[in-house]
Amino acid sequence: MSYDTALTVFSPDGQLFQVEYAMEAVKRGLCCVGVRGKDAIILGVEKKSASRLQDVKTIKKVYQLDHNLCMTFSGLNADARILANQTRLQCQQYKIYYEDDPSVDYIAKFTSQQQQKFTQRGGARPYGISTLIAGFSNNKPKLFQTDPSGACSEWKATSLGKSAKQVKDFLEKHWREGLHEKDALLLTTKALMDVVESGNKNIELCVIRKNECWFLNENEVEELTKITAQLQ
Amino acid sequence: MIDFDPSTFGLAHTYQKEDKDEINTLALPSAPQVIYRTLNGPTQVNGGNKLTNFKHGTTTLGFVFKEGILLAVDSRASMGSFLSSEQVRKVIEINEYLLGTMAGGAADCQYWLAYLANHCRTYELKNGSKLSVAAASKFLQGILIGYRNSGLSMGCMIAGTDTTGQHLYYIDNDGMRLKGDIFSVGSGSTYAYGVLDNHYRYDLSLNEAVELGIRAIYHATHRDTASGGVVRVYHIHKDGWTKVHDGIDVVDLHYQFAQQKGLVGDGDEAKQRLF
Repeated sequence: MSYDTALTVFSPDGQLFQVEYAMEAVKRGLCCVGVRGKDAIILGVEKKSASRLQDVKTIKKVYQLDHNLCMTFSGLNADARILANQTRLQCQQYKIYYEDDPSVDYIAKFTSQQQQKFTQRGGARPYGISTLIAGFSNNKPKLFQTDPSGACSEWKATSLGKSAKQVKDFLEKHWREGLHEKDALLLTTKALMDVVESGNKNIELCVIRKNECWFLNENEVEELTKITAQLQ
Repeated sequence: MIDFDPSTFGLAHTYQKEDKDEINTLALPSAPQVIYRTLNGPTQVNGGNKLTNFKHGTTTLGFVFKEGILLAVDSRASMGSFLSSEQVRKVIEINEYLLGTMAGGAADCQYWLAYLANHCRTYELKNGSKLSVAAASKFLQGILIGYRNSGLSMGCMIAGTDTTGQHLYYIDNDGMRLKGDIFSVGSGSTYAYGVLDNHYRYDLSLNEAVELGIRAIYHATHRDTASGGVVRVYHIHKDGWTKVHDGIDVVDLHYQFAQQKGLVGDGDEAKQRLF
């Protein structure tokens, strides 16, 4: 009997195969990086155009969830859109109930709860994405990672997707506590450039500050990649 | 909030239902237990429905000052012209950092403030951080809006401390929520406001503030028949709340204040001194 065709069936050695396969989908997704600095968090993600005819700059892979909260992902694009919309709604709903902004912990827990829901019901499959959620709580920057099994953990710097191991090794060597925004930005760009196909059009960057999010436009990314290349 | 619903287990459940109900709908605050609208209409109009026409016999007050927040309440409960109790506790200790005052229907206040306490505790356990005063009061407002026109009678103040300081909110059964520095609620509130507005300053010391609170409640209990009993005083500061006075009899206060004015006995001695 095969234990991997139904979601709601454990295998004899205690695995949920559908969830594991979902995590495989994530591992084959495009690379994304998150770096936590002292006064900002940087999210960077690889974009790939299907062909020359596609306008890559209209693909937005960093989703803004709230005025100072952003999310990016590795895995299935469409799943990310749905999860981001649910989380955006939850941010507003929290405000209607409680007036305050939700903390990053709360939103990360909510997202991972949504992902866990779909590891425990029939007729639906798990979300094929792992997300990076970045924002400020109590004036402290926080970076969270969630995955298809519904696990949620906080990170100082991390990477997901195809070349995640390579990027994580790089980050382990070069990340340190108390990075300023500019240094964190350069670190993220350098980490991404090592694994992304050449061309600045393939990178999307976002800086999350205490009260706002800065999405770098095409020219700014181009400038940044030039500076990073020179800093080799 | 979106909670996991056990009824969605199993093959009978389809994804469509989930999609329509939860994913794209903003769930507005609603009453925890839905009750159907009565045919009698709002209770406050023209004396209202006799069954729900509670008298708001009470005086409670609260004000923000430099040392935090002071709450002072009376302790009389009346059922029409019958005095049911002189020892009611009108300050409800929601948790170590939040207090609520009771005015209007005692049952409503006690129950919903206990419900709020339950919710605050669950939130704290789930999320590792405490609910702010703004959040707790907003949550209560959400519940009361759901029960609008159903006959609830509550005029309570939520006062507490959180990471942003000490805050005072007024919530009532119409779903109104106001943030403010001075509030007084109940049938004796007009008398209390008279005294409070006269002597309130932000830079009162703790002793001055306690004195002001006691005096304001005393004056309200003196003129309002539905207020009386004892004065209870609480102080909210950055480390939580402290009970300053558990019960000072207003009758004792009457003679104490009279004595301060030089009036002893039946007061005629003062008149005789003039001649």
